[in-house]
Parts: sequence; C-alpha cells; structure tokens
Amino acid sequence: MLEIKNLHASIGDKEILRGVNLTVKPGEVHAIMGPNGSGKSTLSSVIAGREDYEVTSGDILWDGQSILELAPEQRAHLGLFLSFQYPVEIPGVSVSNFVKTALNAVRTARGEEPLDASAMLKKMREALQLLEMDKGFLSRSLNEGFSGGEKKRNEIFQMAMLEPRLAILDETDSGLDIDALRIVAQGVNGLRSPKASFVVITHYQRLLDYIVPDVVHVLYKGRIVKTGDKTLAQDLEVRGYDWIKKEVE
Amino acid sequence: MNDRLSAQYWLHEKELTAYSSEAVRDRRRSAMERFEAVGFPTVRDEDWKYSSLKPVLAPHYGLRPPCAPLEDEHLEYKDIKRFLVNELDSYRVVFLNGRYSSWLSDTTHRGFDVCTLSAAWKKYPETIDRYFAQLTENLGPLAQLNTALAWDGLYVVVPDNVVVDRPIQVLSFTTGTEPLATQIRNLVVLGVNAQAEIIERHQSLSDHPTWTNAVDEAYLAAGAQLRWVKLQHDAPEASLTQHTRIQQARDSRAQVNTISTGGRFIRNNLDFVLQEPGADARMLGLTLAKGKQLVDHHTLVDHQAAHCTSHENYKGIYDDGSKGVFNGRIYVHEDAQKTDAYQQNANLVLHERAEVNTKPQLEIFADDVKCSHGCTVGQLDEDALFYLRARGIKEPEARALLMLAFAEDALAGIDHPSLNAKLHKLIAGKLGVDLTLDL
Repeated sequence: MLEIKNLHASIGDKEILRGVNLTVKPGEVHAIMGPNGSGKSTLSSVIAGREDYEVTSGDILWDGQSILELAPEQRAHLGLFLSFQYPVEIPGVSVSNFVKTALNAVRTARGEEPLDASAMLKKMREALQLLEMDKGFLSRSLNEGFSGGEKKRNEIFQMAMLEPRLAILDETDSGLDIDALRIVAQGVNGLRSPKASFVVITHYQRLLDYIVPDVVHVLYKGRIVKTGDKTLAQDLEVRGYDWIKKEVE
Repeated sequence: MNDRLSAQYWLHEKELTAYSSEAVRDRRRSAMERFEAVGFPTVRDEDWKYSSLKPVLAPHYGLRPPCAPLEDEHLEYKDIKRFLVNELDSYRVVFLNGRYSSWLSDTTHRGFDVCTLSAAWKKYPETIDRYFAQLTENLGPLAQLNTALAWDGLYVVVPDNVVVDRPIQVLSFTTGTEPLATQIRNLVVLGVNAQAEIIERHQSLSDHPTWTNAVDEAYLAAGAQLRWVKLQHDAPEASLTQHTRIQQARDSRAQVNTISTGGRFIRNNLDFVLQEPGADARMLGLTLAKGKQLVDHHTLVDHQAAHCTSHENYKGIYDDGSKGVFNGRIYVHEDAQKTDAYQQNANLVLHERAEVNTKPQLEIFADDVKCSHGCTVGQLDEDALFYLRARGIKEPEARALLMLAFAEDALAGIDHPSLNAKLHKLIAGKLGVDLTLDL
C-alpha cells in the first residue's frame, strides 16, 4: 500500500534523505530504527507532506499512485496518520472539538456523512477506554499542559478515532515511563488488523517488545542500510549502532 | 467641522443646560472652550501618532440639533432584532441617531434607574451635578467635545447593595440618507456593593459614513462590580471614537471586554482609576481587522492606591491592509505599594501590508510592586498548522481554528452562554469559517 522509491529530500541546501526505499503491505508493522540524525523524523514528515522539505527525486506511492503533490490534509483523507514526536499545544481548542473537526473533515472528504453527536461521543468513549483515559480529558485544551505521556496517549487516541490505513508513530516511546509505554502499545495493538499498517520509528528496541514488528529497518545517513526481522532490533539493543556504521563505511 | 460643532454648542447652550446647575453649565462651557482652543487631534499629537482622524472627519456630516427628540426617524423591532442578544432577558436602552427611542426600549426605575441621560437632566439634576463630567476634565479634545454637546445616552444609577437583576443592552443605531455625526454619553453610578452588567453596541444601518463620538463615565463605590461588554462590529463606513473612564473605590471590580471586529475606524480610550485599596480592573480585548480597517486601543490603569490589581490582555489579528494600535499605559503612584499589574498584547499579522504598532508604557513610582508586561507580533504557528492539516483539517479551516484558539481568551469572563455563543459565531464568521464548536 505504501511504496517509497529512491526518495531524496532536503531542507535548505542540506540533503537529509538520500535514496530511501521502503515497501509496506497491508497489515504489516515495520520498525525503522537508527541513530540520532539519521533522518527518521524527516522521513515521517516527508511522508505526511510537510512543506518545509523539498523532495528532490524519487517518489512516494499510495496504492500505486504518487502522493507527492498532495497536501497534508489530502494524505490524511487517504488514511495516512502521523503520530507526532512533539505534538503541538493549541490552547483554546478542546480535545473533543479537535478530534470531531478532524474526523468529520476526513469523513466529508471521503464522501461520508459527518458523525452525529451521539455517535461521535460513543466512538470517543470506546477510544478512551482502549487507552485507559478519563472522560475529563476530552474537555481539556489540546496538549496544553499535558505530560509527555498524556501527549503521546492523546496521539494514539486520535489515531483510534481516525482509524487510519497506515499510521506512522514517530518516536512515540520517547519520554514515556513503562506504564505509559504499555498503555500506548496496548492502544496500537488494539488497532492492528489485516488492513491497517504501521511504521514505528524508534531509537530504542523497548517499544518493540510490546509492538512486535514484522520487519525492522535501520536508517543511517538518509538511507535504509539494513533490513531484517525482529531479531535485528534485539541485536541493536545489545550491540548499539557502531557495527552498522562500520559496515556501511 | 470645528466651527459647525462650536456653533452648535453656543446656539443651543441654553437648551443643553436648561435643567442643570451652574457648575454643570460651566463644565460644558469650559469643555467647549478647550475643544475650540486645540481642535481635533492630529498625527502630530503623540497619542494620535498612528491614527489619523482625517478620513473620519472628511465627510460632510449632518448634525442634528442637540436636544431635539426623535421625529420622523423610526425603526421597528424587526430591524434591530439581529443586533440584540435575543436569548438574554435584559433591559434595553436603544438610541436612534443619538436620540432615545422609547419604542424600542425597556427601561426601569424600580429599585434602581436604567434609563436615559436626556431624561435625567431634568429628573435627577443633583446626580448630574455630582457626577457629570467629573472624570473627563483632563481628557482629550474629543471627550471635551462630547462633554459640551452631550444630550443622550445610557443613565444607570444603582443604590447601595442592589444588584441589577438583568444585563443592560444599550444599542445606538444610525440611519439616514446622509452622513451623520452623533454624540453619545453614558453615565453609570454604582453604589456600595452594587452590581450591573452592560452590553453595548453601536450600529450604523446607513450606507453613508457615520461617526459616533462617545464618552462613558462610570463610578464604582466600595465593593461595587461592573461588567461591560463592548461589541464593535459596525458597518464598513462607520467610525467610532470612544473614551471610557471608570473610577473605582475600595474592593470594587470592573471588567471590560472590547470586541472590535467591524467599522472603518475605531479609537478606544479605556481608563481605570484605582483610587482605593483592593480595587481590581480587568480588561480584555479582541480585534479582528481586515481591508482598510483601523483599530486603535489606548488603555490606562491609574494605580493611585496600594493593594490594587489590574489585568489586561489584548489580542489582535490583522489581515489585508488593516492597521492596529495598542498603547497600554500603567501608572503606579508612589503610594501604590503592593500593586499587581499584568499587561499582555499579542498580535497576529496575516498579510505583509497589515501593520500593528504596540507600545507598553509603564511608569512605576512605587518600589514594592509586581508589574509584568509583554507584547508579541507574529504569524500563525506553522508547526501547529501542519499538525492540524496532518489530521485532515483543510488549510483554511486549520487557520481559522488556530485564529479562533488565539482569540479565545479575550472572551474570558463572559458568562452568559447566549452572548458567548453569539460572539463565537460572529468571530468564526469574521474569520470566514462556520465552525460548530460544541459537542
């Protein structure tokens, strides 16, 4: 469903992605690991359509169609979801209003009816339950004053509401204690299905104990330099990244 | 224009002061003399540096005889309904071309007075003598002009320990087939622990330029509470200059929300004089300007006594070639120890031709005070915009949502759900998006 072909992207004069190739099939969970500065977050931003990055060559295909020309919201309408590493605080917009606006925007774009208030509320309750979250959460200002764990849970809550076909989790584990990690993973696992795919971007193997990947990639200096199964993640945990760097250079 | 206004006063002084004491007449007379001496402010005046009155004064305005009652002008309730907060059970004081319209109003004298200044000259000369133009003596020429020519406006007098049971909606409409200039004068006197709430709106129904020059004086005795919402959402050819001055005794509280979204030219002067310890002043402002609108806020908090608090938060969003001015002056006298003053002015500038001039002006002569201020001028947060778009919200809606979120806290303290909903709707409409916000 997602196919990335020889993707090169830069910000300003600096080339960050230097020929990424990646294919994700429906139902698969891919992990992308790599040392700091290898381009992990850039890759997720470029897939989601952030305009600060310029794609200089290559392509991103969604069901075989290029999405490079699509705006971020159009990509979301296709069923792409990005869980942000640093979710933005928006005082004055409640979680419920935000999620409602987002979900109905996506539904409308797909030619579906907007959900009525009671259906919306029911859906929100289910998503909250999955993430062991309190109802009071809905009326809080989006991410404002949230702890690191609350922000990440809020991201997964939104994902549960939007039911994407492909979700990219960008360092969702960073800043989480073990309980929060378990809850977030439980949220993600609850959404796994033969139709939903996940790309889990992480620095550490920890999260992958809970969200077990089908494929593990190592991104280094803007390229995927190694691909394996879940044992690759365990190797990296034990041996670090230096051996990979040596192999590449 | 100066001569015509001046002639209006001298020709009609007798009628204007017919029921007043000599003292009141002298106040009016010297106000006119002061206006004559200096004329209209120009951009050479420091206080008017960024806001030229020239375009406001350019049309040849018709002037009605100052004391004449309404004659052939007439409005029906259906004409004004949409400018009211209808769901709100309220007193209503309606003016048409600067004259009281009893037909459209709902006033009271039971337990307290909610009526008109035009009636009060004759009915309550002692109150007039005690309060009229006592706060405005040293204000600028526009306020002097108003003091001289004032005839009608809101008159609210509340005795000690009385709470006005309903909000007071005061609406001033302008109509007609020619440009028209009017003076509106509002007087509010709250006794010890008295409370009142005012929702004020000026609205032109005319296709021609209009100019309303208004002055408000409010006196708050100990423990009194006043809330005042100023909704400035006027027609594109309408101009408003208004000076509001509120004097506060011990432990009184005043809150003014100014929402400036319409009109060609708006100049607000808002002064709080904190005379005794424990007084609290809050002012919240929201400006949404587009096209060639100009919105100028000059605020003053005069901390004369110790242990007073003031809180000021003004937000502005400027698009196209619009222009904004914020000048926030906080004056802390030597004796005003333990003053707690906060001032914030944040602006979004959406277009390269839009312009904001913001100036905090803190003059602090006491040494044990807490005063903080900040001002920002910026664009919408690109990270936030991307976040919303990545969730499927289209760019224009995402922008509007962020602007609405930015504006939100300027509506704080407006507790009536119907008024709050109306303001939200109006703001969302002005931002070009119809957001349904409640779940």
